[in-house]
Amino acid sequence: MLAYLLRRLLYAIPILIGVNLITFALFFVVNTPDDMARMQLGVKRVTPEAIEKWKAERGYDKPLFINSQAQGTGVFTDTVLFAKSARMFVGDFGRAEDGRDIAREIASRMGPSLAIALPTFIIGLFVTVSLALLLAFFRASALDFWGVVLCVALMSISGLFYIIGGQYLVSKLWRLVPISGYAAGLDAWKFVILPVAIGVVSGIGSSARWYRTIFLEEIAKDYVRTARAKGLSELTVLFRHVLRNAMIPILTGVVVVIPLLFMGSLLSESFFGIPGLGSYTIDAINAQDFAVVRAMVFIGSVLYIVGLVLTDISYTLVDPRVRFE
Amino acid sequence: MTILPVILWSDVLIWLLVVAALVLAALSARNPPLRTAWHRVGRSAPGMAAATVLLAFVLVGLLDSVHYRPRLASRDSGAPAAYAIEVLSLLDALASPLRTRNEKTYSEPLATHGYAKESIETRDADGRLQIARDFPRLKYGGAHLDADARDLAAQRDADVGRRVLAATSLAALLSGLLVLGCASLLASRNACSLMTAWRALRRGETDFAWRSVLVTLGVLLLLLSPLAALSVDYHVFGTDKVGQDIFYQVLKSIRTALVIGLVTTLVTLPLAIVLGLVAGYFRGWVDDLIQYLYTTLSSIPGVLLIAAAVLMMQVVIDNHPQWFATAAERADLRLLALCFILGLTSWTGLCRLLRGETLKLRELEYIQAAQAFGVADLRLIVRHILPNLMHLVIIALVMDFSSLVLAEAVLSYVGIGVDPSMISFGTMINNARMELAREPMVWWSLAAAFVFMFALVLAANLLADAVRDAFDPRMAGAS
Repeated sequence: MLAYLLRRLLYAIPILIGVNLITFALFFVVNTPDDMARMQLGVKRVTPEAIEKWKAERGYDKPLFINSQAQGTGVFTDTVLFAKSARMFVGDFGRAEDGRDIAREIASRMGPSLAIALPTFIIGLFVTVSLALLLAFFRASALDFWGVVLCVALMSISGLFYIIGGQYLVSKLWRLVPISGYAAGLDAWKFVILPVAIGVVSGIGSSARWYRTIFLEEIAKDYVRTARAKGLSELTVLFRHVLRNAMIPILTGVVVVIPLLFMGSLLSESFFGIPGLGSYTIDAINAQDFAVVRAMVFIGSVLYIVGLVLTDISYTLVDPRVRFE
Repeated sequence: MTILPVILWSDVLIWLLVVAALVLAALSARNPPLRTAWHRVGRSAPGMAAATVLLAFVLVGLLDSVHYRPRLASRDSGAPAAYAIEVLSLLDALASPLRTRNEKTYSEPLATHGYAKESIETRDADGRLQIARDFPRLKYGGAHLDADARDLAAQRDADVGRRVLAATSLAALLSGLLVLGCASLLASRNACSLMTAWRALRRGETDFAWRSVLVTLGVLLLLLSPLAALSVDYHVFGTDKVGQDIFYQVLKSIRTALVIGLVTTLVTLPLAIVLGLVAGYFRGWVDDLIQYLYTTLSSIPGVLLIAAAVLMMQVVIDNHPQWFATAAERADLRLLALCFILGLTSWTGLCRLLRGETLKLRELEYIQAAQAFGVADLRLIVRHILPNLMHLVIIALVMDFSSLVLAEAVLSYVGIGVDPSMISFGTMINNARMELAREPMVWWSLAAAFVFMFALVLAANLLADAVRDAFDPRMAGAS
């Protein structure tokens, strides 16, 4: 097990390097730093000196790959590639356009992001799995049919409408909770409750339908027939046998997103004005802050790879047949 | 020539897709398993209803994909022809009253008066200037009504009622004719009496789900004909901030959504098919390399990768203004670049699936027999493996469509979607969402975007379900 994990982690390194190279190519080869400087400075203030100054302030004035003027290892380390990419592996993301340290900003914004994303994830998983079980229990009945129809209708609505509609109904019409904002500590609950509820509802359609398919596939298997032949009640069959076995395909899709919860949600955070990583990313995109976007891409892929490893571990927990050699 | 045809890149790709669909249809007709699968799709009532709705959307999209620049009127006939900088489409020409009759600002659906009070100057009988705060009369909305009448609202209601009644009765007549035509067609094909054909049609016992197609067509006609009748003299869905008709914007959004949903597959499919098949068939280091490639790409969260790529694309576009002759061309190229980026970030799932299936297929006896006969690799892949994977490709294609249409709205909201000047569901929602805070609320443009987008995505989802059920071999025994 430990050896397997170690190997998985080692395998993650070339992937991270690949991610880094892709983002590097995207940001520095498709456009030269000069282009970025021109974009950032705007049309009016573009002079060769201003561009040079902008590049020097951000460390973009070095050669991209090989610095032939430097000494020793500086040939490789004193380049944009090394300064902007390799440093990310040790958690140094540089500074944003407004001069703040990106790493510190990220650390302080993770809390609000998690306050929304974690409850959404847990409640959402609970609600959708229960709904799917309900539909599977009443399979091939009118309830099942209309439930699936409702699911398809729900998943055909853009996430934007859920948020806009929810904000309008709950906050503006009924005035139950504030429209947007955030408070630290326990006071946060009234800001958190609406985004969480909307996040749960907007996810119901596709997930409940997907889980229902998994349950139905499991129900068609022979061991279920055996369990029923033993005289077990349908509920016991469903909870003791089907649910447990269906956990394996469900886990594949679910565990992998757990680490990504840290990243927060782009849409709901920006609509509800929550100072998390999602709104940080959106602000960076709108302000064309390349350093922040690059840092977020890197962190996102690290978390995704962590998620993959976690998925493997969770298999051993729910399925005793799985052994890693 | 009174017009100058303009061929945008997205037009080329859209018509190319139409050709590709025809070729696919011809190929499917010759391939027995695919043909039976399509027949199964044809029997599915919800699937065919959805296909009818989608076809209506596609028709609007295709009309909007023939572009030209109108000639400017010049006084002396000897002067060289000058063409407007504005690029128009066939749809614009058909809906020119919608396009050109712009009000000053917001107005409610079917309104005759503006949304906000304005200072209106009037002259008294004795010539004195009077300034009153009142809702201004709209320039075009209900302009044919008698403006001085006191009971303008009642007059408007009567007029609207009359038009709706006329349009729906015409639509009902047309639907009746359609049903009759369909029944007689069935009767002549099955060599039975008209009565028998009608009974089979009514009970939904035909081989092809004619009933649901006809019902859908009837409902579409009943809903759309009043819209068309009213839109001539009113703003059916109201107007937006700059006074543009919302109905027109909705119609224009359809093409953008279709381009995003369909052209993206042009990028996804070749990448996924070629790389997936090659990796699965040749194995070894080729497989390792391709696996590495798609694991790396798929480990970057989709939105962030798209954001990064779109940001970079914006820099390229902003730094090369000389590439684009008109604003429409720039918006168009940006749309295509967005499709390209979406395609590059979304091929990994299908590729992984195809690789796995190829790994399984290549161990089967018929492939090994072909190898033993010395069939070349390329021929083997194209003739023997690819046809057995087509169902996966078709399923992925229809399943992706709806998610791409939804993604466009989100991306446009985040600011990394289509060009702000291009009308799309995303830009409509984005412009409208600020206005919810107004009092009284401006709800109509959001509602219109919601209804049409919901119809499009729901139809796509239903069709995707029907196609998946029909093509998935695991499902084949079930129905």
